[in-house]
Amino acid sequence: MAEYHHHDHVHLDHAPISDHGHEPRAEYRVLERAVRELLIEKGVVTAEDWRRQIELMDSRNPSMGARVIARAWVDPAFKQRLLADAKKAADELGIDTANAPRVMALENTPTRHHLVTCTLCSCYPKAILGIPPAWYKSEAYRARAVKDPRGVLKEFGTELPDNVEVRVMDSTADLRYLVVPLRPAGTDGMTEEQLADLVTRDSMIGVTAARNPTSVS
Amino acid sequence: MTARFAPGDPVRVREDWPEAKAKVHIRTPHFLRGARGTIETVLGAYPNPEDLAFSRPAAAKPLYQVRFAQRALFPEGKGAASDTLIADLYEHWLEPVHG
Repeated sequence: MAEYHHHDHVHLDHAPISDHGHEPRAEYRVLERAVRELLIEKGVVTAEDWRRQIELMDSRNPSMGARVIARAWVDPAFKQRLLADAKKAADELGIDTANAPRVMALENTPTRHHLVTCTLCSCYPKAILGIPPAWYKSEAYRARAVKDPRGVLKEFGTELPDNVEVRVMDSTADLRYLVVPLRPAGTDGMTEEQLADLVTRDSMIGVTAARNPTSVS
Repeated sequence: MTARFAPGDPVRVREDWPEAKAKVHIRTPHFLRGARGTIETVLGAYPNPEDLAFSRPAAAKPLYQVRFAQRALFPEGKGAASDTLIADLYEHWLEPVHG
């Protein structure tokens, strides 16, 4: 990926991208601070707006997505609504997606497994899953997810037979993707809450399956 | 705005490199330039990010999910024959493939 993508403009929708440890590089920290102080000084936003936005982002986490998936597992009508319009379906569960980009839910089946990446930057369904993990933003994951998805899956402990199509979703534009993992076997009597415990962040990115109930005490 | 392509249509991603000529913001990954794919879904029209990125007025452009065969993109890869990749691409980056 060419360097100009990182330097020529401010990308409002994405976190700064870095492969240098998991901390943004010093020059980006300086740049962020300079831009933030200017915006506040010129009255474009207030320090309180800034603080509230960070608080809102920090309040979002993968357990929200897990509730959405668990509901889809127990309620086929909800699952249909989720697949038709994921933001609207999340709203039903009290997850505020009003200012988020469009989200599309992708249902894994016994013959198709979805793996989500963003080769250009770090697009992610933040309204439903919160901040992406550092590896999701790394250049190594983004490059290898498209070149060798089965190799990446294997490193996450996920081995799929050749008759399962691996479908890599490169979120290059205006959509964010949320994977609906397969409901694990042996979960028939479980409550929605217990099911949500089986839905991990990684399973909603598609690098793993949902947890097996026998692995949860 | 009417979409030029429909699901199932074969398309080719333009093999163009505006980056070489000017400062631009392009949402079509390098590894897909020149690749052949198939329209999977018509997603609707979205403001052109190539203008949005520079705060210029941005016309809405039809956006598509385009499906590619994993092995065609990366022949050296270890994917299965049925493995696929989907990227979201704007209409002005797609050309029809005839025959």
